[in-house]
Amino acid sequence: MALAVMGWLAICGASHSYIETSFLDFFSQDERSGKQALWIGISLIAGLILLCIKKHTYQNLSALIYIAAIAVGILTIFIAKDIKGSHSWISIGPFSIQPAEFMKFATTLMLASYIGRREFNINDTRELVKCIAIIMLPMIVIVAQNETGSALVYLSLFIVLYREGMTGIFLLMGISAVVYFVVGIKFNEVMFDELPLATGPYAVTVLIQIFSAAMVKFWGKNNRTFLVIALVNITGTLASYWIAVYLVEFNIMITQYLLLAFNVIYMLLQIRLRKEGRNLWIAVYILGSILFYNSCDYVMHNVLEPHQKVRIEVLLGLKEDLSGAGYNVHQSKIAIGSGGLTGKGFLNGTQTKLKYVPEQDTDFIFCTIGEEQGFIGSTFVLFVFILFILRLIMLAERQNDVFGRAYGYSLASIFFFHFAINIGMVIGFVPVIGIPLPFFSYGGSSFLGFSILLFTFLRIDADRDHLRR
Amino acid sequence: MKDYSYDKRKYILSGVVILVFITYVVQLFSLQINSEDYKTKADSNAFYKKTVYPARGLMYDRNGKMLVYNQPSYDITFVPREIKDVDTLELCEALDITTDEFNERMARVKNRKLNPGYSTYTEQDFMTLLSGEEFARFQEKMFRFPGFYVRKRSIRQYNYDVAGVLLGDVGEVSQKAIDNDPYYRRGDYIGLQGLEASYEKALRGKKGTEVLLRDARGRLQGKYQGGDLDTAAVRGKDITLSLDVELQQLGERLMQGKIGSIVAIEPATGEILCMVSAPSYDPSLLAGRQRGKNHKTLAQDKSKPLLNRAIMGTYPPGSTFKTSQAAVFLEEGIITPHTSFPCTGGFVFNKFRLGCHPHSSPISLAPAIATSCNAYFCWGLHRMFSSNRYSGTKEAMNRWRDYMVSMGFGYKLGVDLPGEVRGMIPNAEYYSRHYGNYWRAVTVISISIGQGEVALTPLQIANLGATIANRGSYITPHMVKKIEGDTISSEFTTPKRTMVSPGVYEEIIRGMRLAVTDGTCHAANIPGLDVCGKTGTAQNKGKDHSAFLGFAPRNNPKIAVAVYVENGGFGATFGVPIGALLIEKYINGKLSEESEEKAKNIQNRSIYYGNEER
Repeated sequence: MALAVMGWLAICGASHSYIETSFLDFFSQDERSGKQALWIGISLIAGLILLCIKKHTYQNLSALIYIAAIAVGILTIFIAKDIKGSHSWISIGPFSIQPAEFMKFATTLMLASYIGRREFNINDTRELVKCIAIIMLPMIVIVAQNETGSALVYLSLFIVLYREGMTGIFLLMGISAVVYFVVGIKFNEVMFDELPLATGPYAVTVLIQIFSAAMVKFWGKNNRTFLVIALVNITGTLASYWIAVYLVEFNIMITQYLLLAFNVIYMLLQIRLRKEGRNLWIAVYILGSILFYNSCDYVMHNVLEPHQKVRIEVLLGLKEDLSGAGYNVHQSKIAIGSGGLTGKGFLNGTQTKLKYVPEQDTDFIFCTIGEEQGFIGSTFVLFVFILFILRLIMLAERQNDVFGRAYGYSLASIFFFHFAINIGMVIGFVPVIGIPLPFFSYGGSSFLGFSILLFTFLRIDADRDHLRR
Repeated sequence: MKDYSYDKRKYILSGVVILVFITYVVQLFSLQINSEDYKTKADSNAFYKKTVYPARGLMYDRNGKMLVYNQPSYDITFVPREIKDVDTLELCEALDITTDEFNERMARVKNRKLNPGYSTYTEQDFMTLLSGEEFARFQEKMFRFPGFYVRKRSIRQYNYDVAGVLLGDVGEVSQKAIDNDPYYRRGDYIGLQGLEASYEKALRGKKGTEVLLRDARGRLQGKYQGGDLDTAAVRGKDITLSLDVELQQLGERLMQGKIGSIVAIEPATGEILCMVSAPSYDPSLLAGRQRGKNHKTLAQDKSKPLLNRAIMGTYPPGSTFKTSQAAVFLEEGIITPHTSFPCTGGFVFNKFRLGCHPHSSPISLAPAIATSCNAYFCWGLHRMFSSNRYSGTKEAMNRWRDYMVSMGFGYKLGVDLPGEVRGMIPNAEYYSRHYGNYWRAVTVISISIGQGEVALTPLQIANLGATIANRGSYITPHMVKKIEGDTISSEFTTPKRTMVSPGVYEEIIRGMRLAVTDGTCHAANIPGLDVCGKTGTAQNKGKDHSAFLGFAPRNNPKIAVAVYVENGGFGATFGVPIGALLIEKYINGKLSEESEEKAKNIQNRSIYYGNEER
């Protein structure tokens, strides 16, 4: 197993420097690929050292490492130089180090060992809150460093909590929040043909109806509750729509809200009558959704920074800004798209070589693969990544204790998040969030950070039978 | 103690991972394989196809004198997207324009109506045709204006200030021409008038391209694949004209202050030796940056200097036409060289009367040509139209028409200049449409003296001269003698025969010679040149047009000339002396002192045309 992962790492490392050398032709880049090779070396050495440390040492030292990492993180805010507005880099000699990358390791370790305690019970609200606190603390520090993108990575650790038994409602809430946000903002300006009404809010209310009905169906124990909710909502929505369009024109948003209010009251009544505790959550969900949606607009216009707002608008197709916020993604799509089936061949990429894509050796590294190796090459890279992540999940599952499993899942989640967001942003699926593609993007800290995460897990995996012994 | 209660969640999580993978692969597929769009965009991003313009072919006269050549000029272009932090004021200073002008030019480029090819990614013309000095001033500071480029071009230069309307001009290609011929791109130059237009394909050469790589900031990074995809520009072909530039100069000089035309043809080859359309203009007015302004001035001039009257103007040929009539009557056997007709001050038929001038009567053919007797040719036509060898007037009319057409009248001759018109030769149907069936010879009698419905271009008149000189055949008149590495159209080497036999032409030539020795063309009697000629005095609304048709020498003629001076009065007033001077100049290579005096005299005589549009 260890060999398999090592082998994969080697391929990654090789293909990594392989890609890096594509910049050899250009003066200053020469140094970069050299530096990266050096970092790979350092990472391997660090990895080998880490392999020598026993699993329980990690477990025992986790709190210490965590506190140290947070401390360094806070320190960074004050001593770091201002690089493009972020205070996250510490210069040591010729190298710059980003402590945030190592905080990932510390947090993962801390979370895993906390969850791994024998007396841990995730359904105890206090324990859950502590878990969330472990995750949130480094996030806050990183946000304070002005690296919002990196901070978002920590959200992926909620996947671990989910695996360890946290109720799925949080994830569901997260997903539905994203859906409401996207639908609401995207169609906010689009009007119904027949009615003087924006499609966005209306669609969101309908979605809330559907989601809540589905929740009643799958979590509620009483099928009758579902039937009542479904029937009332469907007839109510259709009838009001029909009346508004063909008979009397009126604001059908009113009936939508009335229907949702009915659902909430009905749920609460059910709690009284049938003692179905879960219905409370559903009622809260409905209210929360309405509140959330209505705050979206406010957030969009008053909370988000202008550049973030524009990025979101560009992504949703509300704005076309090819020279400004949309430039990166537009150019990266061009670069990838021009690769065709087999690509232009190693070193022959015109778009990347001529620097049409900004950040192409860090966050937008995937463009180079897309352009030079084509569909086959880039699909292969995606495939290897997915295999790797699935392999991590498998490895995590075979751990004998919760610590190992939690750590494995943390690793898989972090890799997956980086992978999904990075590639997604390069191919134009998610907003531009500056996070690197593990093992590919140029950047010593991130390479070392990922290596540490991985090698530690290898050691943990190697020690998995110790408990039995 | 393992807790298995949440184990199935690993499948959900793995499922999500695989789902994301599939989505991304689908997106990659649609980007990379399903869409060509990105590929073309990438090419337009990275490849800068620099057009290499070939040098346009040169033009020489028949004696190898260079008439038209090229001089380098520079176009300033820009790629809108690449312009960053350009100090407008400094740019204007470097280009010697005002900021208003700058803004106006920018607005014009960005106006999609005027410039449908506008794109922020491609090169747009900012200012064209800068001279070497103007460009040098800009070049010094060019590094300060990122996004601005220079395109080297050449503009036409002229060694002589004559033949503007023949040489034509070169200008920016129109949208219509681009649509018709994919060779052209917006901003290319194309021959617009004259020979530049009719020999455009030979003169233009072939554009080449250099494929250069351009980075995101628009900086060129060298050739793509070492220049393997580049194509070299092919220089345009040089052409040698049949024009004799000195003759042309003399012709334009003599026509100063007059409106009209001179055409001289070498009878044996059909080569046009000179073609003057007066008023004329200096061709260099239509080259370079002042082109637009000058073109406007010329186009608005009421005397229409841009019109090539030699091929676009149609005139009643007047008495010069009588030579063709004599040919028809003789060939058809209507008359013999000895047939005489009475002329008592004109042609009188019933109540119809067409005047003539005093001369002896009755009169036979040769003296009739020499004195230009109207009555003789009227009687001739009258006799032809009442002859019983035709079924009626109509057949006679159409027979007559066929003769005329065989001499090159009524249709375009096919000269290698754009815009030639066909003139007018009426047929029986034409008259029947106007007069019904009740028209007779006397109705149309004036066609026999080159009046009435008959209209010829000066080129057609000159061609009549060449035909007579050749004793009945002609080669389509043309301007180009030789194209470098190419042959001229066979149209310009194959003789065409008229329906009239050579013997008949001898009789006409006798008359034309008599006109010079003892008749209306006495002024053309240059010793030793054996000139044959015929005057023309064409009636029209205003003062008569003065015309002359002649060739010399009588045997093995070297030159046939037609002169047409609008409102010049008698043929002998302007037509004859001008024609004589040209013949002398061409055959002797120079004018005698006496003739030079005459030339100056004619040159200084202007005709008042009033303010009318012509």
